[in-house]
Amino acid sequence: MNLKALSEAVGVSGDEGNVRALVLDTVQEHVDEVKVDALGNVLVLKRGTGRPSSTGPGSRRLRVMLDAHMDEVGLMVVGHDSDGFLRVRTVGGIDSRLLPGAILQVGSERIPGVIGVKPIHLLRGDEGQKVSKIDDLVVDIGARSKDEARKLAPLGTYAAFATQFRELGPTVSGKAFDDRAGCAVLVELLRGEPFDFDLHAVFAVQEEVGLRGARVAAYAVDPDCAFALEGTVADDIPKDKDVSPTTELGKGPAITVMDRSFIADRRLVRLLTDTAKELGIPYQFKQPNVGGTDSGAIHRAREGVPSVTVAVPCRYIHSPVSLLSLDDFENTVRLMREALSRISWHTLRRN
Amino acid sequence: MRELIRKLVETYGPSGVEDQIRSVIRAEVEPLADELRVDPLGSLVVRKQGSGDGRRILLDAHMDEIGVMVTYVDEKGFARITHIGGVDPLNCVGGRVAFADGTRGVIGVEEKREDSGKVPEFAQLYLDVGAKSADECPVGVGDAAVFVRPFVAQGGRMISKAMDDRIGCALLIETLRRLEDTPHDVYFVFSVQEETSLSGARTSTFGIEPDLAIAIDVTTTGDTPEAHPMAVKLGQGPAVKVQDRGMIAHPAVRDLLVQRAKDAEIPYQLEVLEFGTTDAAAMQLVRAGVPAGCLSIPCRYVHTPSEMVDEGDVENSVRLLLEVLRAA
Repeated sequence: MNLKALSEAVGVSGDEGNVRALVLDTVQEHVDEVKVDALGNVLVLKRGTGRPSSTGPGSRRLRVMLDAHMDEVGLMVVGHDSDGFLRVRTVGGIDSRLLPGAILQVGSERIPGVIGVKPIHLLRGDEGQKVSKIDDLVVDIGARSKDEARKLAPLGTYAAFATQFRELGPTVSGKAFDDRAGCAVLVELLRGEPFDFDLHAVFAVQEEVGLRGARVAAYAVDPDCAFALEGTVADDIPKDKDVSPTTELGKGPAITVMDRSFIADRRLVRLLTDTAKELGIPYQFKQPNVGGTDSGAIHRAREGVPSVTVAVPCRYIHSPVSLLSLDDFENTVRLMREALSRISWHTLRRN
Repeated sequence: MRELIRKLVETYGPSGVEDQIRSVIRAEVEPLADELRVDPLGSLVVRKQGSGDGRRILLDAHMDEIGVMVTYVDEKGFARITHIGGVDPLNCVGGRVAFADGTRGVIGVEEKREDSGKVPEFAQLYLDVGAKSADECPVGVGDAAVFVRPFVAQGGRMISKAMDDRIGCALLIETLRRLEDTPHDVYFVFSVQEETSLSGARTSTFGIEPDLAIAIDVTTTGDTPEAHPMAVKLGQGPAVKVQDRGMIAHPAVRDLLVQRAKDAEIPYQLEVLEFGTTDAAAMQLVRAGVPAGCLSIPCRYVHTPSEMVDEGDVENSVRLLLEVLRAA
């Protein structure tokens, strides 16, 4: 499992080079073809061993796309203050409440930075009760002047959270599990024996800013069906009322039936749940209508692609640190591997 | 046509679970089709061969309907729900819904709300299927349900759930039945997932590559008490869309509909819709672009369980579609 390396690699949307290099390095020896497309997606082919079936269109092997996005949420430098502080904006969805005090790595040189806040001693009135807006926050990289700040971190420089991967026993913590958890699951699947069908793995860019990479990747791959692999919201933290947790840690892979971006293909959902039941693999449904994933773009490619999203539940995503259960991770890999080994043209038949 | 409409509106088919409604429509159109297929997302595509050197014309109506989906079942067997497509909690409380297997549920609302005079939020609604515990609850997370409301015809109007857009589906079927001679290759598309994302029409259009596309869907009216100002009225004829929030109708398509209505002395109205959009918005952006427009059936109480259309408007819409398909 290379979740540690994937988590610690830096790749805010639009700047995924570091993650891409790691992915290329990791998967190359296990696959038949690798290429990087115009937007920066990594497109991988692991050829199937099955005989082209006469039951499918064009007597060819089934084409299955597995997608995980490489990008993570972060910040971008948009200005410099006269005393050397950086002004920033978010890239992707970040709750401003989580930013004050965050430790960052700025630019390709990974310059350490912190989001400075006024110490509690100096707060006046109800200042301490208010959430600072992103406009009011600055990043401190220790620069002493505007010129020095500009030189170290010019406009457009990306900043990512600086969080080390840690093992906490049955769980692990780190940054960017959304979606390096999905990337790690995908890497595990590529490492194994080939399937009957042609496996097209896509490590996609720019999911967090609008599912952009997956959209063009799905067009290029032109698959018969697709699975988006994700690290998704687990909100099983204490709440005052017992209603609809999005997903819960330790209860197995989360299958999406419907979210804000798409409706999952029922045949693929059934394939996953039947497989899980048969083998006693725990699974859960993600609370419908929450969030969006690359499936939102993939299912609309060309003439349409039956799609589903399968995710490792992760607490505190889109924050400096997220946490997942290793059991959930292993069960996600296992469920995917077993479900994929059962897939065929027959799965996609309709009455 | 009334019995066809009754059958279509009373069939189950929320976005993403269109198998049942597709079977019903398929049985109606299969004998009339030169070619029929179900595309990857589940839309039903029926081709009617043209007699000459006409164009490739796509006529679309979506077969999915709005509904609710179970998000959680609590210990006592009550289900929490979310909406599939645009559903207003205002129209939910006390309503009944049906699942794919016929299981019924009643929508309730939490009584202890901060402001019980306000319209509740979806999170404050729940579904009661009469279960005595979670174990006994016959429905689970991800199961989808549609509103239950019988079809009624009175005073020249028809009232039901899912007029949006089964009335469009009925129009396509009736047009296909009456279509005798056209120079055009006509593709009748019964699309999926309009209410959530317009995904079915978009992907079907990619496969068909039409020269011209027309969505047939309902539109709201401005003729009810204290309605939002809008020129469209029930019973004044089919509405030719000028624009809505998602698209501007291609002027050539708009003018074609208007001209053919004038030539055949079919009443029509022009429609500018300030809220919402239709499959035409997705279809016009497919591949290198498709000239697209929309023929709308005026409908009161859109997205409630009691959508009302006028029988004359429906008949005139069929006539207008047939006029559009005839030779120039």
